[in-house]
Amino acid sequence: MTTTEAPAGSPAAFLYRHPRARLTGLLALPMTWLVLLYLVPIVLLFVTAFWTTDSFTGNLQRTFTLENFARVLDPSQPFLTTALRTLAVAVSVTVVSIILAVPLSLFLAKIAQPRWRPLLVALVVTPLWASYLVKVYAWRTMLNPEGGFLESTLGFSTGYGWVAVVVVLTYLWLPYMVLPVYVGMQNVPPSLLDASSDLGARSWRTFRSVLLPLVKPAIIAGSVFTFSLSLGDYITVQLVGGKAQMLGNVVYGTFATDLPFAAAIASLTVLIMIGYLAAISRTGALENL
Amino acid sequence: MILSRTAKWTLGAVFALVMLFIYVPLLVVVVNSFNVSLTFQWPPPGFTMEWWARAIDNVGVREALLTSVGVALIATTIALVLGTLTAVALTQYAFFGRQSISLLIILPIALPGIVTGVALNTMFTSWLGGLTYLTLVVAHATFCIVVIFNNASARLRRLGGNFVEASMDLGATRTTTFWRVTFPNMRSALVAGAVLAFGLSFDEIIVTTFTAGPGIQTLPLWIFNNLFRPQQAPIVNVVAAALILVSILPLYLAQRLSDDQTGDR
Repeated sequence: MTTTEAPAGSPAAFLYRHPRARLTGLLALPMTWLVLLYLVPIVLLFVTAFWTTDSFTGNLQRTFTLENFARVLDPSQPFLTTALRTLAVAVSVTVVSIILAVPLSLFLAKIAQPRWRPLLVALVVTPLWASYLVKVYAWRTMLNPEGGFLESTLGFSTGYGWVAVVVVLTYLWLPYMVLPVYVGMQNVPPSLLDASSDLGARSWRTFRSVLLPLVKPAIIAGSVFTFSLSLGDYITVQLVGGKAQMLGNVVYGTFATDLPFAAAIASLTVLIMIGYLAAISRTGALENL
Repeated sequence: MILSRTAKWTLGAVFALVMLFIYVPLLVVVVNSFNVSLTFQWPPPGFTMEWWARAIDNVGVREALLTSVGVALIATTIALVLGTLTAVALTQYAFFGRQSISLLIILPIALPGIVTGVALNTMFTSWLGGLTYLTLVVAHATFCIVVIFNNASARLRRLGGNFVEASMDLGATRTTTFWRVTFPNMRSALVAGAVLAFGLSFDEIIVTTFTAGPGIQTLPLWIFNNLFRPQQAPIVNVVAAALILVSILPLYLAQRLSDDQTGDR
């Protein structure tokens, strides 16, 4: 090599000869930050889930116990019901998002004029960047049972409750489903669909037997977002859920007084997510993320 | 794909309905910000600019806006440095543990916000002497890193190693090569990443709730704290409307500046 390097013995020359040192130099700062300020607190939180709080002094008792998890799963306590409801909400949001996103993406990818396509896609995606809180707020004014928009114009509103939570969470996370599904549909070669028609299949048959199996990985990829984002939410529930409570609300309500229990619930949501990811990683959809 | 006429019309109708579903709530907020009625009577009995004028004069709103912008600027700057360093390391070197590092970077936005929030809150309050402005900035910077990292690594991968090799064959040192070749090629991706990171920090509410020091209010926190006060309703609505109008801008900028943005958050 005929590189005119910095003089031997200078720091630059040392780095030139030691790629390991260069790598360490690059990663030292970001890794210190992420490990000390993020990973350590997260790991400690999971460890705390196995401790308890002394009910008299409020101090942490650092001895291993499964008490918190037993309390979550105890049928006489309200938490198991809350966990199942949270799961039901996350699943409903995902299903509704799929039902809306598939025809929407089909329209965008295969019917809309190519000239208009970028604009239409932007129209679908733009709300993704509007503030989360503002969108939930917008739905509060929509659904308000006393003189909200739906009530005054249609004379009907679901009011605040579980239905409202599913509607608003679907509203919030729908773009995360539309984007992968739309990209997935665009990647399906038109020749395959033409071949299906040539062989005599009608629209529905082509859709069911050719298009849908091909975009299934994209749908699964989108469901990771809609499912996990719904699972951890608590602010939407606070604002439009009425008396409804999800796991996130339990964490929020207990973390100041009983950190180990809050940590156990938080770990439970993460466990559910990991379980979901593990279940779908076998489908190969994760490479689509 | 050969679709029947009915199928095309049905799909078109679904598209139109979803568009209504997406835009009607946002439009209602914007129209309501001019609504004369204190209780957002619909259809509005009349229109006024009064709420906008009052919101602009509102000290709480102005302070919250300044806090939000300040936090987002500092957090974005930190994330720019940390995200770029990691992206360069992970795209240009193959080493053991690379996969774990990319996982670690994504974790702060992949885990539910409440988990991150509680974990950071516990660390800050029990070891680092409580919540301040700084703890809020640290928390925001942590989840902003991934956005910069995604943009920077997508650009670096597409750039390939040829330019860097050519530059070094011509005698440039690594440092010179970075500043004269790599960095200028990354610049637009970094700006796009910075816009997204700024937006992410500006909007964040969950981690913010857990890490903001006492008395520190970002704009989302201000909205949240005033949401249940009926006399503040028109002002809250103006702030919401303003945020909706402003949110169109970063999207436009990010789309212009970055061509490798597709599905990433």
